[in-house]
Amino acid sequence: MKKFLRSIVGLLSLCLLTVSVFRPVSAQESGPTDDEVNAVASQLYCPVCENIPLDACGTVACEQWRGIIRDKLAQGWTEDEIKDYFVAQYGDRVLAEPPVQGFNWLAYLIPFMVLVGGLVLLVFGFRKWRVTESLQSTPPRRKTGLQDPEIDQEYLRKVEEELEARTRGRG
Amino acid sequence: MAAEIGFGALFISLIFAIYGIGAAIYGERTHRKDWVKSAQQAMRLIFPVLTISIGSLLYLLANGHFEVVYVADVTSRSMPLYLKLTALWGGQAGSLLFWSWLLAGFIFAVALRKWDRDQDLLPWVIVVNLATLIFFLILNIFYENPFARYWQDASGIISSFGQPPGALPIYPRDGGGLNPYLRHPGMIIHPPMQYLGFVGFIVPFSYAIATLITRRTDDRWIQITRGWTLWAWLFLSLGLILGARWAYDVLGWGGYWGWDPVENSALMPWLSGTAYLHAVLIHEKRSMFKEWSMVLIVITYLLIIFGTFITRSGLLSSVHSFAESKIGPIFLGFLILTLLGTVLLLNSRWKILRSPHVVQNLFSREALIIISVVLFLGLLVTVFWGVIFPMISELATGQKVTVGPPFYERVAAPIFGGLLTLMAICPLAVWSYVSFKHLGKLLWKPFLVSLLGIVLPLIGGLTRWPALIAFWLVAFGLAVNIFEFIRRIRIRRRTEGEGWWSSFSKVFRRNQRSYSAMIIHVGVVLMALGVIGIEFFQTETQGTLAEGQALRLSSYTMTYEDLDIFDTRDARNVARAVVSVKKDGQKLGELYPRKDFYYESGIPVTIPGVRSTLLDDFYVILVDWKEISSEGATFKIYHNPLVKWLWIGAWVFVVGVVMATWPSGKKGLKALNVGKL
Repeated sequence: MKKFLRSIVGLLSLCLLTVSVFRPVSAQESGPTDDEVNAVASQLYCPVCENIPLDACGTVACEQWRGIIRDKLAQGWTEDEIKDYFVAQYGDRVLAEPPVQGFNWLAYLIPFMVLVGGLVLLVFGFRKWRVTESLQSTPPRRKTGLQDPEIDQEYLRKVEEELEARTRGRG
Repeated sequence: MAAEIGFGALFISLIFAIYGIGAAIYGERTHRKDWVKSAQQAMRLIFPVLTISIGSLLYLLANGHFEVVYVADVTSRSMPLYLKLTALWGGQAGSLLFWSWLLAGFIFAVALRKWDRDQDLLPWVIVVNLATLIFFLILNIFYENPFARYWQDASGIISSFGQPPGALPIYPRDGGGLNPYLRHPGMIIHPPMQYLGFVGFIVPFSYAIATLITRRTDDRWIQITRGWTLWAWLFLSLGLILGARWAYDVLGWGGYWGWDPVENSALMPWLSGTAYLHAVLIHEKRSMFKEWSMVLIVITYLLIIFGTFITRSGLLSSVHSFAESKIGPIFLGFLILTLLGTVLLLNSRWKILRSPHVVQNLFSREALIIISVVLFLGLLVTVFWGVIFPMISELATGQKVTVGPPFYERVAAPIFGGLLTLMAICPLAVWSYVSFKHLGKLLWKPFLVSLLGIVLPLIGGLTRWPALIAFWLVAFGLAVNIFEFIRRIRIRRRTEGEGWWSSFSKVFRRNQRSYSAMIIHVGVVLMALGVIGIEFFQTETQGTLAEGQALRLSSYTMTYEDLDIFDTRDARNVARAVVSVKKDGQKLGELYPRKDFYYESGIPVTIPGVRSTLLDDFYVILVDWKEISSEGATFKIYHNPLVKWLWIGAWVFVVGVVMATWPSGKKGLKALNVGKL
């Protein structure tokens, strides 16, 4: 136990050296900086360079879009207003995700339903599989004094039983 | 001449493949073994013949035969020889031929094995493998011929293999060159790995289908294909990892995974393949959930065809759009045919396939594995839906939408969290039955240690609870696996009285599979650390600097020193900046972010300057510059904490998989024989 605690303390001191990574970043100066432009641009996709966010795209068209964002920010537009502006011009595809409305509900509903459905089926499945088990064999003894999976007597006994059953089946 | 030889060999391969299928079915129906044997010979012949075809194409590529359309499309005089050769998979037609050749290689290996015990499976294994090969050969011969040439007639320049009436051959002096993005080492190796993974899964699929058709109910197909599956899985994983590395090194957006549809189409078969590998364990050890493994291998095959279809049919456009062409309808036809065929077959065999399911408690290994399989499938459905939703939306409403990273991350994050938890508990759970008390006994020490994963970041000032949970999961996974391994060595030492090293190697060899799995899981947990680093803590800033000016991010300061613009021999214009990097005021060295402009293709490629340590990466991109460098250049810099662990974890993962596939010694063989009794 002592050894164990000592190793924890050792680990702790080692890891303390690494935590400086998570310090917050210094703030930028005011006005529409590149970072402010990129913050909006990273949420938009131009219709030509599909699947590359606007902040990372190097084409001339995307550079112009970033210029538009800069101008709008300078005029005091909010992030949402700028996004709406691009949606009005080019459609929903400029957004990183389909807006939650109309047909697009399906996009979000299906994964949710599948996940919930999967979990429900799993719960029912486990119940059913347990029932099947209790019909087929006797329930395992609770007080087995298990020490270790490698020398797990209960498990070994079951293995022996199954092996015997299989050998009988073959024979 | 080489083009004619190549095309001829391609055509002969198709004839052999068609003959092979015919002979196999005829032999099976009439119970004439000699016909099946003959089909097997045909299987062996296809690989050498296709090698002649590949050899011809390589010859054309290496020697600059630009009269061949494919050669002109993907190579140019200025390219070095190794790039000319790897351009084999740099375009649609060549990569399809390469795909077929790899599949033929696998088919060759399948045909070589001893079939004594499994004669009844053989005809159907031949049929499934060759049918897949025929599909790809047909694509190559009739739709994407890599040996087609340029001709000139009254209407202009046309491409065709044979000479059209009235047309004259033309010989362009140079080609367009390989897509610059494909010149990176990661991208040179990535496609072969990906294809090997895809093709590798076709073999277990063929055995599964043969088992279904012959109504066999034993586990023989699982035993035979275990090695195949693991290798296929290794290659598929390597393909994904190399793709991620390539994205990080070349695409210049500071990340490694963009949930791009093409990336997703490679991820999907990996997800189902991983689920399959896990389900097979229960199948083998407990003879349960047999229909699950069957369904999962079928899904994996379908997803491989689906992934190849959507990336090549032009149905999507993305950064990988070089792989587009107009072979969509035939691909879709094959996909629908395979889907219908497998569904009908599964349906007709469902009754004999079903096995009794007995899961005694929630902490037994089979229960945990089933939960993990369901989680993999949950993620798979989400990714699949995300990939096809834009097409569905376009069909239904006429409006195309983008399904980007936020959509996937919302589902992927909790699922990965669940999988990490399972990975931590699973090594301690045993098959059939385990009590919570027993599990708790084994878990409490690693659990206590894992709390460091929360305490330390808290001390460091981190208060975002999702990040804290993520760190705890990583710590928990690592702690459990390490504790468990040490515990087993100690038990061995105690019972056998051996030294540490001897106990270590014996424990490992005694159950190579289980320990390989532990190593693989440790690899995944380490990779998770890299993912957490970028997902939660990545920061970035951008600024335009004059020479001598500096940009700060986190504890780093980057000073713009110089910019060189020059032409290279391989037809590039390079703008290369020199920046010096300091951390906490201490000079670390220089980085050279650059932008390469390829004259032939007109494509610019951004190569970041990266300083990578175990703690964090400092990643600099040259965004833009003024003609006179003293006027300034725009840089974007990223601080990516812990991302190196993603690559380290990937290596650990690969080592684990290789160990799992490694043939065990005599003891292992003995164990296997006992298992078969």
